[in-house]
Order: sequence, then C-alpha cells, then structure tokens
Amino acid sequence: MATIIEMPKLSDTMTEGTLVRWLKNAGDTIEVGDEIAEIETDKATMSMEAFDDGILHEIYVKEGEKAPLGGKLALLLEEGEDPPEPGEEITSSSPAESDQPANEASSSATAPSQSAPPAPKTSNGGRIKASPLARRVAADRGVDLSQIQGTGPGGRIVRKDVEDAPTGTAAASSASAPQVPAAPAIRPTMSEGDERIPLTGMRAVIAERLLASKTQIPHFYLTIEVDAANLLTFRKQINEQAATSEGANKFTINDFILKAVADSAVAVPAVNASFDGDAIVRFGSVHISVAVSIDDGLVTPVIRDAQDKSLSEISVAVKDLATRARNKKLSPDEFAGGTLTVSNLGAFGIDSFDAIINPPQALILAISSIRQVPVVNAEGQIVPGQRMNIGMSGDHRVIDGAVGAQYLGELRRLLENPALMLL
Amino acid sequence: MRTITYRQALNEALAEELTRDENVVIMGEEVAEYNGAYKVTEGLLDRFGPKRVVDTPISEAGFIGMGIGASMLGVRPVMELMFWSFAYVAFDQMINNAGCVRYMSGGLIHCPIVVRGPANGGTNVGATHSHTPENFIANTPGLKVVCPATPYDAKGLMKTAIRDNDPVYVMENTLLYGESGDVPDEEYTIPLGVADVKREGSDLSIIGHGRAVITALQAAEVLEKEHQLSVEVVDLRSVRPLDEETILSSVRKTNRALLVDENKPFCAVSSHIAAVIQEKAFDYLDAPIARLNALDAPAIYSPPLEKIQLPNVDAVVKKALHVCS
Repeated sequence: MATIIEMPKLSDTMTEGTLVRWLKNAGDTIEVGDEIAEIETDKATMSMEAFDDGILHEIYVKEGEKAPLGGKLALLLEEGEDPPEPGEEITSSSPAESDQPANEASSSATAPSQSAPPAPKTSNGGRIKASPLARRVAADRGVDLSQIQGTGPGGRIVRKDVEDAPTGTAAASSASAPQVPAAPAIRPTMSEGDERIPLTGMRAVIAERLLASKTQIPHFYLTIEVDAANLLTFRKQINEQAATSEGANKFTINDFILKAVADSAVAVPAVNASFDGDAIVRFGSVHISVAVSIDDGLVTPVIRDAQDKSLSEISVAVKDLATRARNKKLSPDEFAGGTLTVSNLGAFGIDSFDAIINPPQALILAISSIRQVPVVNAEGQIVPGQRMNIGMSGDHRVIDGAVGAQYLGELRRLLENPALMLL
Repeated sequence: MRTITYRQALNEALAEELTRDENVVIMGEEVAEYNGAYKVTEGLLDRFGPKRVVDTPISEAGFIGMGIGASMLGVRPVMELMFWSFAYVAFDQMINNAGCVRYMSGGLIHCPIVVRGPANGGTNVGATHSHTPENFIANTPGLKVVCPATPYDAKGLMKTAIRDNDPVYVMENTLLYGESGDVPDEEYTIPLGVADVKREGSDLSIIGHGRAVITALQAAEVLEKEHQLSVEVVDLRSVRPLDEETILSSVRKTNRALLVDENKPFCAVSSHIAAVIQEKAFDYLDAPIARLNALDAPAIYSPPLEKIQLPNVDAVVKKALHVCS
C-alpha cells in the first residue's frame, strides 16, 4: 500500500522542520527502523526513522527545504506496487506521539507541561476568524488578533474590535488564563548595508519563550559572592589525582556548581518548583537544565535526577550533553522536563549578571567567573582572594526572598566547603 | 428644471435625437400608430412621420436583424422590444451579428444600433415576459448594456446610447415608466461607464442598477431613521462598460458591500460585482460581500409570491442589518 512519509514531530515546540539530508535515495529499499533522513528542528538535528517497509518511490522535499509538521516528505510504495493515481487517498506513516520512546521526565507525573507556553498564534489552536480589514488594521497597529474577542457574526473579529483593543497588546483586557501577550510592533529602521536575517526555528522559540517569561513571571534577583579559593584547590587536587590514571574524567568548576545546585535544591526544596495557575507544583526530583551556547543560539539540555548523581556522574553527563548539543544530536526528550536552570558565563569572563527564568521553572542561577581580588581576611588584613558571583532570578509567585536567600546560603556553604559534596 | 416621468424623459431623448440626426429612426411593434405599447414613443409618428417612426411585424428576429443591417450602412436605428424577454428569438442577430461584426470586420463595420424596451419582472405578466437579460448581454464583449433608474439618467443615457457607434442595449423598467424625477430644461448627456453615487453614506455601500437602486434608496432611508446606519447607494447606470473605480472607492470608504440585484442570483450582474470587489478591495472588507437577488426561480405568476421574489425594501433592510452586524 502506498504510504506518505510525513514530517514527524521531533520536539514539543516544533512546528516545522528542515530536511537537512536524505540518507536514502529514490528507488532505495527501506526497512522499518532504517534512518532515512536528517531533520533539523527548532532545537536539534535528528535522524528520522522509517515506520514502514517499502521502496522510496519519490522524494517531495529537497535537502535544505522546510516542511510543516505533517507535511509530505516522500512517497513509499510496496515492492512491485504502482504509484497511486492523483487524488487517490494515501495513508500516512507519521508515528503517533505515544509511539515515541518513553520520556524519562514523565516519571515526575505531577510536573506541569514542560512544553512551550500557549502558542500566541491562535487562542484555540484553530484559525483566527477576522475580516480582511481587521487583519490589515491589526497589522498596522501591532495588535495580536489571537487576544481579541470578535463581536461579528460567528465571532468574527471586525475592525471595531481591533480599534477597541489596546495597541501593542490586547492581553490586558483578557482576564482568562495567562497567555503570551503580543509584542508591540517595534521595528528597526533599515538602511543600506543593513542585513535582515530571518529567524531560525530556534531563535523564534527563544524569542517567544523568553518574552513570555519576562512579561508573565514576576522576577526578583539575589546575588551572593562565594569564596572560591577552597573550590579551586579542591578541584586541582582531584584533577591531579585523575591525571595519573588513564582516561579518568577531568572536573570543571561547573561540575562542582551543578552538584552544589542539586544538593542545595534537596536541602531547600521550595525552589525546585513551578507555578501552575491555582497551585504550586513542587518537583520530586532535581532535573537541571544546563544552558549551552551553540552556534546560532542556545539550548538547555537536562541532567535528570541530579540529586541522585555523584559529582563524576554529573560531570560525565554534562560533557556528553554539551557535546551533542553543539553537534545538534540531542533528542527532544533530552530538552524536556528541567526543574531549574543553570547558566554559566564564567568562561566568558563575566563578573556578574542576571538571567531570565526558563519557564515554567521558578529558578535560574547565573554563574559568573572566578576572579582574583583583594579580600579582607579574618585577621583584618587585605590579602589576595578568589571570588565568584552567583546571581539568582526567582519567580516571586513561587519563591520568596527569604527562601531564595536560604537556598543561596546553602549553595555557598557547599561551594566554600566542596568536600561536603562528596559525602 | 422640470419634474417629468421616466417615460417622458425617454420620449424627449428620442425626439431630440430624431431632430438632431436625420439618420435616427424608431422601429418596433406598435411604436408608430399605437404610440408604443408603453407609450414611450407617444407622438413621435405625428412629429416625424412614417419614414422615421416605423411599425414592424411581430417578428423580433426579422426586424432586429433588419435594424442591425441598416445600422451597418449608416442608419442609427432605435429598436423597441415590447419586452426584453422577446429578445431571445433575436439573439443570433443581437449577439452574433451586432456583437461581433466590428471585431470580425477588423473595425471596418460599425453597428450603431440601440435596442431598448422594458426588462423587468414584478408586473404579473408571467415567466416568459419577465426576464432580466442584462447579465446575458453584458457577458458578450462588444455589447454595451445600460439600465437607467431615474428619469434624469434615462434621458441622458438614451441620448448617449443613440450617439454611440457600437450596439447599446438599454433595459428599461415598466414599473419605473410612471415614476417622476427632476430633469434639466437644457440638453445634457450622460457618458456610459460612469456610475452615480445616488446617496452618500459611511457604514455600508449598497450597489445596484435599474429599479434595485430605487429600492435601495428607500431602504437606506429606513436604515438611517430606524437603525442609525449611514448607507451609501451606488447606481451602476451602465452595467457594461462598468465603472469599477466608483464601486471600489465606495467600498474602501464603508468597508461593507451589499449588492441588490433583480437578476436571478446565478451568474448575475451582482456576481461579477462581488468578484471585482473581492479581487480589488479585499483588504478593505470588514464583512463578507452580501447579495440580495431575485429568488432563483422562473418569475412567479402568483401575485403575492411575485412580490417577494424581487428584492423589496424590507428584504434589503434585513440583509443590510445582517451585513452590518
């Protein structure tokens, strides 16, 4: 039976994918499980497997082209089968989402949806019904039609509805569930020599989610200074020991920080939580999203169950995630389910910064570089010291200042006494 | 300025053109001795004599063909059809010959003929006497179609039609013959292809031709008084050539369009207007284009039903309120 191979849903925020490379050619015989193409989503490049046996009869989407979710990529025929007549119904081979490998994050069954916030494009997932004039006026005024209740026949949005809506955003008038308000149409003026770079899928997701976070989550910020002298000494000792044995792992400062972040979250579980409308969801495990800078953006792969992992296990896990993130080889479930995020700009020489919360989490930590600075010691003398700033951005709906301070206190205690992390 | 009837206005136009140009002749059934079945040609035989005003046998194919042949040789015949419904037996002459001869002769042969008469339902004369063929005619490149709604337009358009060097088919309306309106004392003509905004408004454009314009104007009064809606009424006057710009500028102003049309709905004049608007003013529409046509059935003979078959004021008001909801 002829089967259409469709663009699969490879990430929870994916709306389209780019066909990077066909791994099979027209005429090739394909078996279930064969890797047939590489697809770039908004987050990663992944290989697509065949869900049916057959012969790849025709390729519809060329390498480098994009296709929407469910878009036709290729036609698969059975051995000896003739291609279908135009108009003949063809089944699709897109896998049901439940066929995807079980997502580890689903073990934390109480977690609120880890997917992107409500898509701003439509309010009900369907097409927005608006008159042509209303669409034009909305575009002129920078009004998001998805935020407007139409008063025309059948709920059609008409000009008056757009004119009555506040410019830039209509969210203020909507008392319903939190939704991503539309950004005002603030556009740059372009002149000769300027370049207009269309958003990549990843860039669009970053824009959408961080705008949602910064506009919907009441951020508050705390900063501590950590004495990193012990940490540096401790790391040096461990790495020197490791250097004597073949193939042993080398630890980075960040490994210790991640371990401390996980242990502190166990000690102060109130920060490992999420706001969920009429409740706060407190997570049973600490899944750390690690911000990894890649060529054209930023991804946040997740170290799962970090509270149960040793320093070595965390170190190995984060190195593997970062490498595969840069090669765009992460699978969607490796992005999903983080409960808090660590962003480390220490390697870039940043002294101090504040981060935007990675929704729907309630906490992000901003790790800066370790600097050699003059410090006053216990004897009141000015001596050389090692200091590192750690910033915390919290969702004040979930975390109060005192709780945040308690968490940072625990984090500092561990980082200044790194041996405690080995207990 | 005088107030005269639509019938008198047409009569004046014919008389003035008969006087102005000796090549103009009137031909048709009962146009001379009987003074016209609907008295449009009243008194013309007495004034201009039997060489200029000629009765014909009951044979539309024959006498329309004769008129078309005469027009090719320089006569400017004004042919009366007792009803436009009878044109169908003369369609070969009117469409194949009159409509195509200029094109097929490479511009050597013109056909300066006017065919005129009533083309309307609503008078209880049955399905075969109630056709409105303006859409049929307008579908033929080479033919012009004029549908005046008022005495002023009837006179000005008729004079232009007679002077036009191509076939112009003028569709009058028996229900309008007795309607009065202001007409200037001095001579005037109205160009073909220029629509007329009969009433200015800001909330809705009602677009129509012929008697539908009168219905629309009455409905606009009701809509203003009872529903505080400011309605603009655009009279096409000539269906082809069509004044697209006036239609479009009205719709761009009001953002809503209701097309009122005594044509049957299938492939009606209003179908074409709707296509023009959506194609050229789509981004100005705040509501779907609405149409109110004659009910899609042969002209109904039962008088109570015939009354509701054609667009009437109540129906226009109702439809307008829906478009503006």
